[in-house]
Amino acid sequence: MDSSAIVTVLIAMLGGAIRVSTPFMFVALGETLTEKSGRINLGLEGNLVLGAMVAYAISFHTGSPWLGVLAAGVAGLILGALHGYICKLPKVNDIAVGIAFMSFGTGLAFFFGKPYIQPSAPRLESIPLGNWTGNPALAQALQVNPLFFVGIVLAVAMAWALRNTRWGLIVRMTGDSAASAKAMGVSVDLVRFLATAAGGFLAGIGGAFLSLYYPGSWNQGLSSGQGLMAVALVIFARWNPIRCIFAALLFGAAGAIGPALQSVGISQGYYFFNAAPYILTLFILIASASSKGAAREAPGELSITK
Amino acid sequence: MTLSTLSRRSLLKAGAAGLAATALPFGFAKAQSPIVLGAVYVGPRDDFGWNQAHATAMAILKTVPGVTVIEEENVPETDAVSQSMESMINLDGANLILATSFGYYSPFVVDLAKKYPDVQFRHAAPLWKEGDPTNAGSYFCYLNQAHYVDGVAAGLSSPTGKLGFVAAKPIPSVLSNINSFLLGAKKTNPAATVQVIFTGEWSMPVREAEATNALIDAGCDVITCHVDGPKVIVETAEARGVKTCGHNASQAPLAPTGFITGAEYKWSTIYSLYADLLAKGEPLPNFIAGGYHNDMLQNSPYGAGATPEAIAAADAAIAGLKASEPIYVGPLKDNAGNVVIEGTMDNYDPVLDGMNYLLEGVVGSLT
Amino acid sequence: MTAEAVPASAILLRSGNVRVKKLAETIAIPLGALLASAVLFSIFLLLLGKSPIEFFALVWTGGFGSSFAIQQSLQRAAPLLLTGLAFAIPARIGLTIIGGEGALVLGGFAAAAIAIPLVSNSAPAFLTLPIMAIFAMSAGGIWIGLAGWLRHYRGVNETISSLLLSYIAIAIMNFFVEGMLRDPSSANKPSTMPIGDAYKVGNIPGLDVHWGLAAGILLAVVLYILMSRTTFGFAARMTGGNPRAALAQGLPVGFLIVSCCMIAGACAGLAGFFEVAAIHGQANASLVAGYGFTGILVAFLARHNPLVIIPVAVLFGAIAASGGVIQRRMAMPDATVLVLQGILFVVLLVSETFYGRFKIFQPGRTGDRT
Repeated sequence: MDSSAIVTVLIAMLGGAIRVSTPFMFVALGETLTEKSGRINLGLEGNLVLGAMVAYAISFHTGSPWLGVLAAGVAGLILGALHGYICKLPKVNDIAVGIAFMSFGTGLAFFFGKPYIQPSAPRLESIPLGNWTGNPALAQALQVNPLFFVGIVLAVAMAWALRNTRWGLIVRMTGDSAASAKAMGVSVDLVRFLATAAGGFLAGIGGAFLSLYYPGSWNQGLSSGQGLMAVALVIFARWNPIRCIFAALLFGAAGAIGPALQSVGISQGYYFFNAAPYILTLFILIASASSKGAAREAPGELSITK
Repeated sequence: MTLSTLSRRSLLKAGAAGLAATALPFGFAKAQSPIVLGAVYVGPRDDFGWNQAHATAMAILKTVPGVTVIEEENVPETDAVSQSMESMINLDGANLILATSFGYYSPFVVDLAKKYPDVQFRHAAPLWKEGDPTNAGSYFCYLNQAHYVDGVAAGLSSPTGKLGFVAAKPIPSVLSNINSFLLGAKKTNPAATVQVIFTGEWSMPVREAEATNALIDAGCDVITCHVDGPKVIVETAEARGVKTCGHNASQAPLAPTGFITGAEYKWSTIYSLYADLLAKGEPLPNFIAGGYHNDMLQNSPYGAGATPEAIAAADAAIAGLKASEPIYVGPLKDNAGNVVIEGTMDNYDPVLDGMNYLLEGVVGSLT
Repeated sequence: MTAEAVPASAILLRSGNVRVKKLAETIAIPLGALLASAVLFSIFLLLLGKSPIEFFALVWTGGFGSSFAIQQSLQRAAPLLLTGLAFAIPARIGLTIIGGEGALVLGGFAAAAIAIPLVSNSAPAFLTLPIMAIFAMSAGGIWIGLAGWLRHYRGVNETISSLLLSYIAIAIMNFFVEGMLRDPSSANKPSTMPIGDAYKVGNIPGLDVHWGLAAGILLAVVLYILMSRTTFGFAARMTGGNPRAALAQGLPVGFLIVSCCMIAGACAGLAGFFEVAAIHGQANASLVAGYGFTGILVAFLARHNPLVIIPVAVLFGAIAASGGVIQRRMAMPDATVLVLQGILFVVLLVSETFYGRFKIFQPGRTGDRT
């Protein structure tokens, strides 16, 4: 592989990181909030797919993609709120309800999404940030959707708020010890309900990015498990919003490796290159995990890490 | 093998009318008895691609008096399909099954055809051969001819001669489309190359978009594809100001500035023939396949991306294919330098069905 | 977090009368939930202008209405039984393993791969099939066992690692099936060499259902006994209930975790074996059919009880089987069944909250549950 090929692959990875990461980012941030409050919602894949469908449909009918984004968030919010409400009932397992909601959300999206597979809906515009480069591939890689920046700002804001605000303290306390939160007079159920609903909202927006920007179309195969993977990335990012951003970027960049390597003529074993995001994530997990570290950072109330 | 090869070639040459006669007399002896036709699709019927092409054409069969069409979509190529077909037979009384996905045939269609000798099975891939159950059969259109026409037009519509191809899997039916696209392009631009990226999946929109971007970044200025639903690829290329050729159904509306033309099946020809035979109470042929010479293919209407010369050359290529002009004119080398086709091949030569190489001029490899 | 592990041991300690009441509760609550979800889904149908009566009549026709329909449901239940067990066993020890899909795929692939030399040397079927099954179970067992090992010894969360391993398993299968181990005649559907009819696992006599169902039922019973009647099971459940206490008591927690994971992987691998040996006759992309993921729900609805997994898997099979009839007769999209499933799952899970709430099912004195 000569140097120009390496540059091509690196540019593609940069572009991939920017283009592909946003849905992972939103779902992972939403899930981080939910999990920080001590509950897990494994069903955000359902929110993502339903959000994608609703966003596309609304954009198609109203002509406004941003209205579509909002509607996707609301659809996600409703699913999240349902999840949050149900899981506060005693003896109901949040992981299982999440998986059920995955089925329910995708089912609704497929059911009502039939008429929207064919039409073209107005899509979100990107901001060209790379025109100064004079390199068309790089310029393309630097076409950035506003939602990407929203995601980053949100992550920073969330990280700050969790650490420095009263609300953040309440969420963290609820997640670490329900008993002490109760002792402080906090309604654990209410906090978790709100955190799950807000998480659902963000996952819905992640879906809107898929259908309205990249790849920018609605069909039943749109997601291929991004929502599920994003939930897993939260554990990978150890419940830290900033690390969620890096995890999403890494995952997006790794996803670009397969096609990019083929485009410079390396196609041996493309199945493994295509699986690069999963392999890479696993190796980093193994390398970085230690029996104690992960447990220390996990919210104490989280069923999945107990 | 020789026998089946021979008979199959002659069958193809004979055209549809002759085919009916070679089929064994079976099944619909009671001409007036109602026919319940069960159609099975591997994906959603409105996927802008393979399944939609079938479902649209299936409408023809719904108009035949005495024929009831029942349809089931999203049936995976697992034993789910034999269960669906059996359920159609046992619960809905289906006596004719159209199985429209490649992986349905073996073992599922073959096994069920043995189990239910009174039910007719037809499957959309050129897989039926002598010795298979006589109540089963195949129908197929050789889409590579239309991809060849795409290539002819693309060769004259591409300023750089660098064409890109997003492909699902390195299997013969896909390779044949890639190679034919290349040969078409070379016909009008001998320096043309086709760069291919395999996504590994029939439907994986994000990776398809990534592959399209990677090809464009590598300098390709015409993109085409062979995946289940080409919508994402065509739209991505259009958004980047690159020309496109379509696949399976007409994607012309998706790319108002860059669309050249696209390869489309004309299942309606086969389904109309079936409808005719069913209406008359006559048996369906065991094997029916074809391409341009018997009106089983078409190219999408030319778009703004096609230059006038490209349109003229593509029209000429279509006329040539209708007159059975060969696409594979030997000697041809693969992209590793081995001669893979010695002489000139008939467009329906079964040897081509086993294609496992990329021709010289294609950038990419199979593994 | 509900402590799934507790009730089973608790039940054993109670008297016969309590058991009957308990049983009545375990039957009445899910039945009520089924009814409630039927009502909810009927509202959904009415809003769409479709007839709920026709719909549920078709569910009956497609799932249970005839011996043919019942056999269809059983056919579809077979792989779900095994993948359900693959989730339930680690769940008893407190692990959330969602990688059954990968273990199934890898198991099926291993079975098909080892069959190639055996079949080409005409090894007898009675030897070949057990060897295939052992390879499948080992491959699946090692795969999920790895997730368990990583969890205990490296602190890698098993949920994420098993999911990642699942995607990697599928890549491994595809890599070999489309490369080294591809049967040249499998042109457009890359597959390994077919084992041939002589080597195929047949049907249970008198039924149109392959032996995988029997194997699944047998395993469910065996695993039920293992998990509720042996020291191993007791230790595993104790670890699931409170890992720290289990460690403090000197239980071999690492061994228990890895063993449970390996058992789980072996179950999924065996499902893969039956997919290959009873259905496809070879390994190819059709192995990736989502049974692993559906199995998770089967296990949850069965509350991780191996015996209850049997009827739940059959129920799932019936819903899937009737999905086709509904599509065809009512001209509704296939996603209808997904919606129904979603509603059904959610309501069934919500119904968990009613256990212990109705006086009629309660023993005279308060139970020892916390």
